[in-house]
Amino acid sequence: MKKINTPLDLNKIKSLKAGQEVFLSGTIYTARDQAHKQLVQAIKTGKRLPLELKEAIIYYCGPTQTPKGKVIGSCGPTTSSRMDEFTPIVLGKGLRGMIGKGGRSGQVKNAIKKHKGIYFVTYAGCGALLSKHVKKNKVIAYPDLGPEAIYELEVKDFPLIVAIDASGRSIYA
Amino acid sequence: MRELKAAKITQAVMELVKRANFSLRRDVLFALRKAYAGEKNRRAKTMLKAILDNAAYAKEENLAICQDTGMPVVFVQLGQDLKISGNLKGAINSGIAAGYKKYSLRNSICSDPLSRGKPGLSPCILHMDIVSGDKIKLILLPKGFGCENKSQLKMFKPTSSLKEIKQFIIEVVKNAGPDACPPYIIGVGIGGTADYASLMAKQALLTNITKKNSKLEADLLKQINKTGIGPMGLGGKTTALAVKIQKYPTHITGLPVSVNISCHALRSAGIVL
Repeated sequence: MKKINTPLDLNKIKSLKAGQEVFLSGTIYTARDQAHKQLVQAIKTGKRLPLELKEAIIYYCGPTQTPKGKVIGSCGPTTSSRMDEFTPIVLGKGLRGMIGKGGRSGQVKNAIKKHKGIYFVTYAGCGALLSKHVKKNKVIAYPDLGPEAIYELEVKDFPLIVAIDASGRSIYA
Repeated sequence: MRELKAAKITQAVMELVKRANFSLRRDVLFALRKAYAGEKNRRAKTMLKAILDNAAYAKEENLAICQDTGMPVVFVQLGQDLKISGNLKGAINSGIAAGYKKYSLRNSICSDPLSRGKPGLSPCILHMDIVSGDKIKLILLPKGFGCENKSQLKMFKPTSSLKEIKQFIIEVVKNAGPDACPPYIIGVGIGGTADYASLMAKQALLTNITKKNSKLEADLLKQINKTGIGPMGLGGKTTALAVKIQKYPTHITGLPVSVNISCHALRSAGIVL
C-alpha cells in the first residue's frame, strides 16, 4: 500500500485518486464542531489563528481522555458533514486535507476541486485500533473545549482511503 | 422489605460503564462475524475486519471501543418491594461520572444545550420503570451521537399503510447513508405516543439482535441491505445487522413511528441487584 508523509504538497495530492488506500505519517491536527466555529470566526474577524492552516491536515476527531501509560485514548473519526458549512472557508485559507467519515456536500466537493485539497476517510467506529497509529499527542489550542480542543498528533502509517480527490471525484454517489 | 444501599448502585454502574465501553456485546460480535463471513465485496470485508480487530484490541487494552463514549442512557427496572436507602438518581449519576473518569472515557456532555460550555461526564438520561419483585435491574446504553443524529420520528395517520411505514424506515436509513457508522442496528418503536415510540425504538436496541426476526423485521432488513450502502458506507450487502421492532397500543387518531439508528458499535451492559 502507498505510504505518504506530511506535508502533502500539490504533487503528492495530484497523484492520489478517489478510492485509493494510503498510509499517512506525519503531523495532523484534530478539529471538530466548536473548533471549526471558532476558527472560522477568527478568520472572519481577521484574528490570528492558533495554528497554521496552510498545507495542514485536519482530522475530525475528539479523543477520549488519555488513559495512564498510553499516548492517546480511543480516537476515531466523527461525522464530517457537520463541518461542511465551515470547510470552504478553511480550504480558502490553505487547508490541504481533511480526515473524517461519511459524505460531504456539493459545496465542499467544489471547494476541494477549486483549492486542490483532499478528503480522506478512515475506519469509522474503530477508535481503539486507530490509537495504535498515534505516536505523540498534545493540545495546542482551545483547551477549554475539552475533547473538542485542537490536538496536534504525530501519526505513523495512519490508514486512510481517498474519498474525494483533488479533481473532485468522490467514492460516494 | 428488602433494602439496598445506594452506594452499591454507584459501584454497579461503574462496572457497567467499563463493560459497556470496553467489551462489545456478544450478540453484536456474533452478527459482525457472520456478516464478515458472508460478504464477498473486498472492501466491505476489510471494513468488517477492522471493526472486529478494533473490538478485540479495545477489550485487550481496556480502551473505549469508540471515542464517542456516548450520552449514557440508563434503563432502570425497580422492583416495587425494594427499598433503596439513599438517593437512587444521585447514585446512578455518581456511578456514571466516576466510571467515565476512572476509565478515561470522553467528556461528551454539554451542561447546557444552547450555551454548550466545557463538556463533562454526566448527567445520564434515565428511564425508570416500576416492576414487581424486590430487585433492581440496571442497563447502560452509551449512545453515540453520530447515529443518534440520524434518528427520526414520524406521526403517521391511523389509515396509513404498512407499505408507507416501511418506506419511512428505509428512508431514515438511506438518509443516514455512510455517515453514522454502518452496518447499523435499527431500533423501531411503533405505537404509543411520540415520546413512547421513541423510547421503544431505543429499547429495541437492547434486545438480542441474533434472535429470530419477525416477518416485518426480516423483510425490512432484506430491503435495507439492498441499498448497497455497506460497511462504513463503502459498498457491500451489510448495511444493517438487524432491525428490531417494539409495538404498543396507540390512539385511534394516530400511528407514531420512531426509528433509532445505532452504529455498528452497539454497546450496552446490564446487571440485576
